[in-house]
Amino acid sequence: MSGNATVLYDHPGPRAKARNLVLSVLFGILLVLGVWWVVDTLIDKQQLTAAKWSPIVDWQNWETYLLPGLWNTLKAAFLALIIALPLGALFGIARLSDHAWVRWPSGIIVEFFRAVPVLILMLFAFQFWFLVTGVSSPLAGVVIGLVLYNGSVLAEVFRAGILALPKGQTEAAQAIGLSKSQTMLSVLLPQAVTSMLPAVVSQLVVIVKDTALGGLLIGYVELRRTANTMGSFYGNLLATYTVVAVIFILVNLALSWGAGALERTLRNRRGGRTATVLLSGLEGPMAGGARNAAVLPDPNAPGMEPEQRR
Amino acid sequence: MDFSFLTDPRYDFLGAFWMTIQLSFWSALGAFVLGVVLAAMRVSPVPLMRGFGTAYVNIVRNIPLTVIIIVMSQVIAGTLGLRLAVREPGVNPQGFLDSQNFRLAVLGFILYTATFVCEAVRSGINTVPPGQAEAARAIGLRFTQVLGIVILPQAIRAVIAPLGSVLIALIKNTTVASAIGVFEAAALMNLYIENEADKFPATFLAIAVGFVIITLPIGLLFGAWAKKVGVKR
Repeated sequence: MSGNATVLYDHPGPRAKARNLVLSVLFGILLVLGVWWVVDTLIDKQQLTAAKWSPIVDWQNWETYLLPGLWNTLKAAFLALIIALPLGALFGIARLSDHAWVRWPSGIIVEFFRAVPVLILMLFAFQFWFLVTGVSSPLAGVVIGLVLYNGSVLAEVFRAGILALPKGQTEAAQAIGLSKSQTMLSVLLPQAVTSMLPAVVSQLVVIVKDTALGGLLIGYVELRRTANTMGSFYGNLLATYTVVAVIFILVNLALSWGAGALERTLRNRRGGRTATVLLSGLEGPMAGGARNAAVLPDPNAPGMEPEQRR
Repeated sequence: MDFSFLTDPRYDFLGAFWMTIQLSFWSALGAFVLGVVLAAMRVSPVPLMRGFGTAYVNIVRNIPLTVIIIVMSQVIAGTLGLRLAVREPGVNPQGFLDSQNFRLAVLGFILYTATFVCEAVRSGINTVPPGQAEAARAIGLRFTQVLGIVILPQAIRAVIAPLGSVLIALIKNTTVASAIGVFEAAALMNLYIENEADKFPATFLAIAVGFVIITLPIGLLFGAWAKKVGVKR
């Protein structure tokens, strides 16, 4: 971030340095006052006592509440991802089809499921599963709900990844006589997959966070829900939720860091000659395609002006 | 399919979506203000502010919204006793609970969504080529002038499309408010599933189409707006 931020202002001179120092001190005082107020409130409400925090360091509680919850959270997230990936690829390719009767329905399905909140999709999936199988399964509700939404998001990732490839790839494949499906399967898709891997790992962060929705209305026993049981039992909701937040932050930071490392590795391995799909704000309908997923094109490729990516 | 539940006086279909819109409106307003303040901190020359902005975004963005909303209700209001509405003695507490839960939910949405607004605005500032700022400084403009008349007017244009996506995500996220007793679209869907199980696919379709009707025009509007004012590079 320092790269561009420094462009906004010159290297500070003596006056700017003095001003920055004053601002730092003022903001520092404000921060200290804020922290002091929070700590004071916590002490006032008897939230910092040993009794409130000792259940956290008791291994028994981790075994009973937190670890099974975390396991269920990760299980649902992982299942959702591996089911959503092939579905996303399928719909992403279908949206690029030459046939309008394939392109249109898949486009409508993708845009529809991206416009509906995940919580509603989970309620739908839970009820649907119950009506079809006669068994009520919160896990199925959570996973199907997540698959419907994230499959649609991943379809857009796949589409952006394929559209970002240099046109020469398709032209070369056609020139040596490959059919349309051969071009897609053996030329375009393998290249698109490597360029969109980081975006897929980033999407896993969204999935992990969204599993917490499963504990609300359909009763999936994930981390937030088991922690709530534990916090209610010991009367230390504040301490327990602090731990839950820290667990989520650590898991998600690790995933984000993995996505970043993967992106750097891929870029280096291909000598910076491949396009990388950076997924940012791919949310909601009509946000589709090259317009929204920021794509870093191969600077050496001919004819890769932004307007020509479609 | 039987859509009779739409006109059934027991279910306030329009009222539930009106609640979704109200939640979205106040949250969007607050999140925009807080998000711009955070973005300003993250590009400011003061290291302490940069550090605070970065820490806030990286912490809050990685906590599930569900956790934030439940903490708002059970910990911030429940354990720590935050009151966002006046409770009058001797009056039915339902009115107090309704406005208290509504305001807690809005506060939670603001704190969470502001991180995404911040990142969108910051990436908008990053789309402005460094040469623009360098040229502005070369002709002798001050920092406030560089930011105010050269960088921000270009950055805001680049930010419209991502902000539209953030707004749509926020509207969908307001369904989480059902967890703390705000009666909006997801709570209505839940009620339908309990009471009108026989009309099931129709109830889902009605709620889903409601969201499509709200989010689709916003997506189109922001897309057209971004195209209209966008800086061609």
